[in-house]
Amino acid sequence: MTLDSYARAFFFTEIVKGFLLTLKYMFLMPRVTINYPYEKGPISPRFRGEHALRRYPNGEERCIACKLCEAICPAQAITIEAEPREDGSRRTTRYDIDMTKCIYCGLCQEACPVDAIVEGPNFEFATETREELYYNKEKLLANGDRWEAQIAANLLADAPYR
Amino acid sequence: MPKLTINGMEIEVERGTSILQAAEQLGIEIPRFCYHDKLSVPANCRMCLVQVEGGPPKPAASCAMACGDGMVVHTESEMVKKARKGVMEMLLINHPLDCPICDQGGECDLQDQAVAYGFDRSRFAENKRAVPDKELGPLIKTVMTRCINCTRCVRFAEEIAGTPVLGQFHRGEDAEIGTFIDQLVDTELSGNLIDVCPVGALTSKPYAFGARSWELKKTESVDVHDAVGSNIRIDSRGREVMRILPRLHEDVNEEWISDRTRFAYDGLGRARLDRPYIRNADTGKLQEASWEEALAFIAVNLEGIKGENIAALAGDLCDLESMVALKDLMDRLGSPHMDCRTDGGIFDTSVRRGYTFGSGIAGIDKADAILLVGTNPRLEATMVNARIRRAWLERGVPISLIGEAVDLTYPYYHAGTTPGDLVKLAKDHAKQVKAERPMMIVGAGVFAREDGEAVHHALYEAAESLGCIKDGWNGFNVLHNAASRVGALDIGFVPGKGGKDFRDIIAGTKDGSIKALYLLGADEFSAKAATGWQTFVIYQGHHGDRGAYRADVILPGSAYTEKDGIYVNTEGRPQFGKQAVTPPGQAREDWKIVRALSESLGKKLSYDTLLQLRERIKTDWPHLLDIDVVRASPWKAFGHKGKISDEPFVSPVTEYYKTNSICRASKTMADCTESFSKEKMLEAAE
Repeated sequence: MTLDSYARAFFFTEIVKGFLLTLKYMFLMPRVTINYPYEKGPISPRFRGEHALRRYPNGEERCIACKLCEAICPAQAITIEAEPREDGSRRTTRYDIDMTKCIYCGLCQEACPVDAIVEGPNFEFATETREELYYNKEKLLANGDRWEAQIAANLLADAPYR
Repeated sequence: MPKLTINGMEIEVERGTSILQAAEQLGIEIPRFCYHDKLSVPANCRMCLVQVEGGPPKPAASCAMACGDGMVVHTESEMVKKARKGVMEMLLINHPLDCPICDQGGECDLQDQAVAYGFDRSRFAENKRAVPDKELGPLIKTVMTRCINCTRCVRFAEEIAGTPVLGQFHRGEDAEIGTFIDQLVDTELSGNLIDVCPVGALTSKPYAFGARSWELKKTESVDVHDAVGSNIRIDSRGREVMRILPRLHEDVNEEWISDRTRFAYDGLGRARLDRPYIRNADTGKLQEASWEEALAFIAVNLEGIKGENIAALAGDLCDLESMVALKDLMDRLGSPHMDCRTDGGIFDTSVRRGYTFGSGIAGIDKADAILLVGTNPRLEATMVNARIRRAWLERGVPISLIGEAVDLTYPYYHAGTTPGDLVKLAKDHAKQVKAERPMMIVGAGVFAREDGEAVHHALYEAAESLGCIKDGWNGFNVLHNAASRVGALDIGFVPGKGGKDFRDIIAGTKDGSIKALYLLGADEFSAKAATGWQTFVIYQGHHGDRGAYRADVILPGSAYTEKDGIYVNTEGRPQFGKQAVTPPGQAREDWKIVRALSESLGKKLSYDTLLQLRERIKTDWPHLLDIDVVRASPWKAFGHKGKISDEPFVSPVTEYYKTNSICRASKTMADCTESFSKEKMLEAAE
């Protein structure tokens, strides 16, 4: 123990320093805490949130049932069944994602040759029951319709780096 | 014998061996598209290019160049790699980039080799060509834009199937494969076109978009649609059989299978019996029941019926184990009345050589004269017919036929239609046959007549006098058409001492001497029309087919994809069938049902597991557990001399796509019947 440390203990310098820092953040620095859910922080165009199945501008679903996402999914969360549609084209009859299994790794959207399955910017899809997290094709397509504008913008923003 | 060096390794090969084959012997793989080891060599894809030192300064097509003495070959040199890259780029110029929607994706030769030799982008800026698709019938889907013009399909149709309807026309970029005139590929081997196609130009229509190769469970099994015992691979996903593919077995089916084998699987999901049924005595209708109720119902109804009033019939698709169990049960019940020949065949079953395909199917490759008796091998055993065709095509083996004159895909001398013609032929040519290894192939249909045993004896005499039996050569062959038949005959699922055969059992149901009838998958005759109304009929099987209509109690069994079992093919070759999927609903493995029934009848059989049952088979018939081995058996006189009527021989298979309960339940088979018979009618109209 030196005289110096006795002096610091006697005059509470650490506490004063700490209070000064607090006061600095209270009055001088910009605010960082945001008022979620009314305010939200920025997210990257590469953000991997809730899944969506996209459509072409003419309304045709993109997914062609190639099953590459099902094959690559490390959590085996995706289940696909397919058969020829009436017009002879290859389409899914079932496209399920178990969101409770999903680890949001984004490999499905990397594997997709037609940019059909994407992980959109939405991260607020908490539910009250597990069953609601077993997504089917209808739900995924609805997600796509709902988020299409932002998904397209994100893909465009990320395109130069691919 | 030329000696050459490939990649620094020396090898000595037979004269005429191509460089590609020699490399294969050394374990060096050379990429190829058009070369197929069962087809002729056109050398038109140029993928198998190699460098031969000392020759002209350009790469050589290794599939077409024969090995020469002292050749020095390089398969991995810079020159070869550059050449292959060039060829691959050429092939990909017009190949669409639609792997994600192509059913061949994941098992495509072009895809695999593009990984090794492809360039990651295209230098071809012009429009890709597009080729109109062809209509080849209900089995084969065509996307001709994907075709790389290897002509494997053309050569297969011409050489193996014997229906030269495919061809290549136009030249250069316009070259395309098609039928000369709009025609379906009407052959029982058409499914193999899908296998030989190295890309996704020809794919399976029933399997279209159903599954990917990587998500399927592969089970190696054997086929039951005919008595050839073709080796198959069952690809299943979950509880569904998705497709059936051939498995290589040089002595049986080589690497082909017939369309029935390949495409009838969708019948496994239709019209299935998935729970026991009992016929309600008041309403006369079948109603659902539990296993306990069904077994108790049988026990009650069999009470008081003596053994000699009970009979059992085994159908065409039964496995060996279930027939052994049923035979044991019948023995315990004291009944000698059992038969497996539900086609009405009567012949001497005491001599094994008298009812098996003695030379082996591969023996056809050695035969130098073939006599077909009362058979249409094209429909009864397509794989056997393909071998006979090859014998004719490659070696010019003379073929004669006694029986219905039909299109067998090769020419033959038609020597008559009746047993009398056979006797005459045997007499005329007695001891004068010049051929060293003459062969007789007798369809099982020739025995389906009252004088079957006399015909059997006549065949014995004919085989003797035509010189089919020699030292080291067994040329007497019976071609069955039911997968269960030879196994059933081997274990003696035939009338015991004082027992009735199929015809007498059926008659017995009408005159009251047979009070209870056990049908083990016997769907080949119309039980409703044939069986007397007072007989108590137990039906055990997998499809709601002919047998089930008449049944008083139905015990749901398993189809061949759903149980482990031994099947003995027409040569007498036992092979394992393996379980690929689970039986539907409450259906059970067949031998277990018989075992459970034996307990409720108070005649408990002594085995509890399949292994114990096989041990029991081994004690009595050890040869049936020598898997994939054909045991030679002695040649003795068989049949009985007797009067033979002059009725012509008829083939038992008339409707190829409807021969058993699985086929009859299959939609694909129904589509085939419709489109191919329509085609025939149109041809006839022209």
